Amino acid sequence: MLLHHVAHARSGDKGATADVTVIARHPADFPMLRDQVTADRVRAHLTGVVGGVVRRYEVPSLGALKFVLEDALDGGVTRSLALDAHGKALAMCLLEMELPGESPTPHATATVQGPTVEGMTR
Amino acid sequence: MRTVRIGCGAGFADDRVEPALELVEHGALDYLVFECLAERTVALAQLERLADPKSGFNEWLVERMEAVLAPCAERGVRVVTNMGAANPLAAAQVVVGVARQLGLGGVRVAAVTGDDVLDVVRGSDLPLTDGNGTVADLGERIIASNAYLGVGPVVHALELGADVVVCGRVADPSLFLAPLVHEFGWPLDDWRLLARGTAVGHLLECAGQVTGGYFADPGVNDVPGLVRLGFPLAEVAADGAFSVSKVPGSGGRVTVATVAEQLLYEVHNPAAYVTPDVVADFSAARATQVDEDRASVSGIDGGPRPDHLKVSVAYRDGFIGEGQISYAGANAEARGRLALDIVRERLRLLGFDGAETRFDLIGVDAVHRAPEGFRSGGHSAPEVRARVAARAETLADARRIGREVTALWLNGPAGGAGANRSARENIAVASVLVPRDVVRHDVHVLEA
Repeated sequence: MLLHHVAHARSGDKGATADVTVIARHPADFPMLRDQVTADRVRAHLTGVVGGVVRRYEVPSLGALKFVLEDALDGGVTRSLALDAHGKALAMCLLEMELPGESPTPHATATVQGPTVEGMTR
Repeated sequence: MRTVRIGCGAGFADDRVEPALELVEHGALDYLVFECLAERTVALAQLERLADPKSGFNEWLVERMEAVLAPCAERGVRVVTNMGAANPLAAAQVVVGVARQLGLGGVRVAAVTGDDVLDVVRGSDLPLTDGNGTVADLGERIIASNAYLGVGPVVHALELGADVVVCGRVADPSLFLAPLVHEFGWPLDDWRLLARGTAVGHLLECAGQVTGGYFADPGVNDVPGLVRLGFPLAEVAADGAFSVSKVPGSGGRVTVATVAEQLLYEVHNPAAYVTPDVVADFSAARATQVDEDRASVSGIDGGPRPDHLKVSVAYRDGFIGEGQISYAGANAEARGRLALDIVRERLRLLGFDGAETRFDLIGVDAVHRAPEGFRSGGHSAPEVRARVAARAETLADARRIGREVTALWLNGPAGGAGANRSARENIAVASVLVPRDVVRHDVHVLEA
């Protein structure tokens, strides 16, 4: 199953740091996303893109995971030689991530908690 | 319960014009805000101003004001904008000129200045926040330094009775928070209220991005009417409760999904969204669909504002040369790769091998950022576009880089098509932090 089947996503930027929000289409899928879409897996999926740390934040009340990708924009939006200097395509590229299983779990519920910084990887 | 209605008439410099008029005519607005400055926009405007002291503001200022000033005056809608860019005073005079031409005598236009801190910052040992040295290291290459102002000067301008407030660099959400502070008398240390107003501003500041723009994904997230996408408005109560909607009949959608995406957009840490006015906490935010194309947001909190203000420092960053050429039909991808290999070697022969370069195959790997990710089978692309970009020390060298690509017309793989090239000076932007008290603002009120 592709992440695209259970989530929508949006890219943003600040300087050389890219930022991708991944949001569960159905709140019931959020715990599965939280388990599966880890900072490590995001970093591995975007091999060659992220030069620095990948940080993950959680906003369970919106069913959202936020990934902050340091040093991912070719020296920064205003210096980059890239066609997509802002990294606007990153979110949709991340949605090509393969997840285990055929379909989302139908009855799981999200537990509400504050944001946590998880899995800083380099 | 009294509410204030704020619309967003532009989310970036080149945004569409007619949705702003639609909001004024049908949105029952109290305020209309145009947000038109990206990270580098003020610096580019500063270059224009250096060439012509009467310029240096948004290219579409006159067109936007001609569209909305009369209906705004008729309905008592006040306008706040950062279209002043590098020259808010000249922009305010232009707005006065438009008002007079439209027969709108008595319209008060305020210009906010003080964000330009080049004299304070230039040559200083302030460290760049990206860790690459200090401002002094940029030497003579520095061309602009603008502090992100908070609500203060905009509230001041509104207190002076301005119908139109023209700013340069003000933090984007602050343009929207200021009318709320002015209308409701929110104390500038009530962090929860300021955070709620900041959430309003953050949701509206990119205009169509919360009403279904930057969201459509056919068959998955369908959005009707993107051709006539409606821009957003927020209805805000004195306690900071608010909903986001758009004018009935306009294109687009406002849903909990569009609102959730935009609330977290470019907010790195959802618990600490830093503006000059407050550190907002969106980490427990909830979005609720209260009506068709109307969503409310709750659960916003905040903490004390930072002691320092962010300053963008723009500097001349050499030149960039670029060239592109297409290949289609039989064996297109292989011919495109051959083209890149040829240019790579040519640049080495010509002595550009030390330069920072980039070789892309548009249609294969130019924008795609997950090379190990999903790929649709092993088929060769039906067409590709080879793209080469490189940094150069002079404009002449930048031109030579693009020429190596256009030269493939006659010297490269079979069927090279639609080649073009460009060369430009690059203006880059770094950031520094300065203590709040070194930034002073002024408000100048003009009358039509």
